[in-house]
Amino acid sequence: MKAIIAATLIGVIMMFSSIMLQKKSSIHTLIVGLLFVLLGINIWEVYDAHNVMANGAQSFFNNMLSLDSFALWFNLLMTGCTLLYVLLLGKDIARVGSHVGEYFALIAFILVGIYLLSGYNNLLILFIGIEILSIPQYILAGSDKRNLKSSEAALKYFLMGSFSTGILLMGITLLYGATGTFDILGFRMLQTDALNPLALAGIMFLIIGLGFKVSAAPMHMWTPDVYDGSPTPFTAFMSTIVKVGVFVAFLRLFHASFGNLSNHWMLIIAIITALTLLIGNLTAVFQQSVKRMLAYSSIAQAGFMLFAVLSVNATAWQGIIIYAVAYSVASIGVFAVLLKMKDYTYDGFNGLARKEPMLAFFTAIFLFSLAGIPLTGGFMAKYFVLLAAVQQGQVMWLVIFALLMAAVSAFYYFRVIIAMYFKPGTPEFNSEITGYDKLMLGITCLLVILIGVVPQLFLNA
Amino acid sequence: MLTLLIFVPLIAGIFSFLVKGNGAKGLALASSLATLALSAYVAFETGNGPLGFSMPWIPQLGTQFSLQADGMSAMLCLLTGIVMPVVIIANWNKEVERPWSFYGLMLLSQAGITGVFLAYDALLFYFFWELALIPVYFLCSRWGGERRIAVTFKFFVYTFLGSLMMLAGLIYLATLTPGADSYSWANITRAGASLSPENQSWLFWLIFIAFAIKMPIFPFHTWQPDTYEQSPTPVTIILSALMVKMGMFAVVRWLLPVVPSGVAFWTDTVIVLSVIGIVYASLLAIVQTDLKRLVAYSSIAHMGLMCAAAFAHSEVGMHGLMVQMFNHGINITGMWLIVSMVENRWGTRDMSKLGGMATSAPQMSIALLIIAFANIALPLTNGFIGEFMLFNGIFQGASAFSMTYMVVAGVGIILGAVYTLNMVQKTAFGNTVPMQVAKDMTLNESVAMALIVVLVIFLGVYPKPLLELTSGISGAILP
Repeated sequence: MKAIIAATLIGVIMMFSSIMLQKKSSIHTLIVGLLFVLLGINIWEVYDAHNVMANGAQSFFNNMLSLDSFALWFNLLMTGCTLLYVLLLGKDIARVGSHVGEYFALIAFILVGIYLLSGYNNLLILFIGIEILSIPQYILAGSDKRNLKSSEAALKYFLMGSFSTGILLMGITLLYGATGTFDILGFRMLQTDALNPLALAGIMFLIIGLGFKVSAAPMHMWTPDVYDGSPTPFTAFMSTIVKVGVFVAFLRLFHASFGNLSNHWMLIIAIITALTLLIGNLTAVFQQSVKRMLAYSSIAQAGFMLFAVLSVNATAWQGIIIYAVAYSVASIGVFAVLLKMKDYTYDGFNGLARKEPMLAFFTAIFLFSLAGIPLTGGFMAKYFVLLAAVQQGQVMWLVIFALLMAAVSAFYYFRVIIAMYFKPGTPEFNSEITGYDKLMLGITCLLVILIGVVPQLFLNA
Repeated sequence: MLTLLIFVPLIAGIFSFLVKGNGAKGLALASSLATLALSAYVAFETGNGPLGFSMPWIPQLGTQFSLQADGMSAMLCLLTGIVMPVVIIANWNKEVERPWSFYGLMLLSQAGITGVFLAYDALLFYFFWELALIPVYFLCSRWGGERRIAVTFKFFVYTFLGSLMMLAGLIYLATLTPGADSYSWANITRAGASLSPENQSWLFWLIFIAFAIKMPIFPFHTWQPDTYEQSPTPVTIILSALMVKMGMFAVVRWLLPVVPSGVAFWTDTVIVLSVIGIVYASLLAIVQTDLKRLVAYSSIAHMGLMCAAAFAHSEVGMHGLMVQMFNHGINITGMWLIVSMVENRWGTRDMSKLGGMATSAPQMSIALLIIAFANIALPLTNGFIGEFMLFNGIFQGASAFSMTYMVVAGVGIILGAVYTLNMVQKTAFGNTVPMQVAKDMTLNESVAMALIVVLVIFLGVYPKPLLELTSGISGAILP
């Protein structure tokens, strides 16, 4: 709870920072400092929950919000990822437009939304969390005001987003009609064998609504355009940290409240997973721009994360944590490199290894991770979610299909590696690559490998 | 001890990226000689029983960092230990672009390959399996021939797909025995054997496909000739002498004992595929004019024979397989060395443009002749003893059609003599073609070649050490 309050305050402070501070660099320093404080508060909370309260969940607002040790741990990791994101891409964020303080304020508010989503106990909080998370994203998507594509992205995102929120709300209402409660644990009284049709319809609406937010096929249509049109630094944020935040909400709802009804929704989620994997991977192959490829690949990665929703067991929770961190860290790394490049097509990367061997090496590791090569975080992430699915049983066909799709994903991730290492050319950069950039990318790269070698460090013990 | 065997090349490989200039070559040689000494010591020690090493790694996943060297592992580590310095010595005078990354990647792949041979934990095995692949992918794509990028990419996607299928199978097996060591060899085999025959039979293909692609077995071989042709010769040696052994080794360690009923069910299918592969590859080898492609197809034929024997379920066949894995590694290394020398001197690998090597480079043609004899398994070369045992094994196999298999595979061997001798004739004899670099073998090439030739003849005359080293294996694998 302290972290939620602190993150809100940070958002408010950042809104005023534009007035108080003249230089962009001092705003950047301020947000970095504040995020460090926030990280400290998160660590304090995790420590508290672990030692003082003996793992008991703390409830707030009449048990509408319940921060258990999983939620706190997830919040801590996501705050860490956000800090890494700001450290890596801070300068690029400042280059998007003139209202730098506001961008950071919006990012802080999104973080509040994620905090709520990881610990909600009540569908109203779920709804509020989704809204707090979404509205700042609409603004961020359109923050490059002079660019038509950015405005298009914002409008499209806003329209589709509010539409999906409406569907989500409809689902919540139907569930309330069936059970008379918003409490997610209250849904456990639903009968498995004689399921109230209202409740069933409600669950379907919730799948569609949440599927929109995590860009699961066939509700993924908005994703490529929005991710491609938004300013790249914000695409990096939206496609990683925000997305996994919504995934945790998805998981929490379907495991905690509808876990025993899984025979009613399992097949639908399985089909959605298969479609997401298929569409995400196959369309990513045909892209010419690396940014657009990353947009489609984020759909494909969502397909893997859906495995965690699909498998109602403890491994799925470990899986989503590892996946969240590994995917966010590696993607942010790739985006950080992409932002340095003038040309976003594959050809823009030609010859990078000769000009900047360190940069190319780090990018290669990030891409290995996204493709799921062992000893990188991405492998462990895929491993955990697929393990959860195998333990669940019933969906072995889907696991094999997912692995086929993982091989397809190697195809487009390796195109970047081929361009960097084996094709001649001289890449052009937007800005000079400083020692600071290399240091930060090196740390990110180290994190990716650390997740891959000792994943237990990132699991909530 | 066993960890050293992996970590010496690993660390030397990483350091090699930091060395500028040609120092990397020296570092690589030093490291590979050190690993040779270590692997010889390990091979000697395993005479008194298997060596093991184990420490906890990721208990949540049920995986341990566990290594074990029995006769088979020690033999293959020794092969790796011998091949690496030979490759480096033979290429000593050849300038490569960016030597630090070239030799660094070579050493990293060596670490991966050794790890595959030693891993006694399925997930660790999978990790090394991939670790060996990635450096080779970079080596081929960067230093290879004209069509290298597309060809190696095909190779990569093929093998990556195979390994993912294997991973699915291994995860499935590991979930059957929960605990902190569910990936250990003992638990995986126990889990596999406890499954119903139907489950085992689909699990068999999930796991086997990875190995079949690596070996490669017909019809999964299509990546191989192109990749061999396009890779730089040192890398081709690693691929053909060592990496295909990974597939063969994996069948013996991670397939035959793991899903015994599945194996029994599919034995005939696999042997038929292998035998088709032998004849098909031999026929294709006859019509090749490019030396590299010829050797590549001949390698498919030899691997087919080994695979057929591995599935024949007979003790002598299994023992022959062990011997032949080593011998094939030695022979094919010699073959590639000759090919690369020819290419360096005459500037072509096209046999129709070659000839008269016996007059202009007599030493080279003697070496070629000896290697060629070993390749067609003439008595008193090392190839003979291995192939004799393999045929014996296929003949004694459990299948009702063993006789047929043996006869058809035997045709393949006759065809083998046709293309090998044809190659000798076209390159060593006939019209003399002027050399571009007029020189017989240089000192470093002679040293490397001499090592190979001595091994070929020594193991042909006195194969006892090799037979003893691997004597216990067949009993341990066949129930």
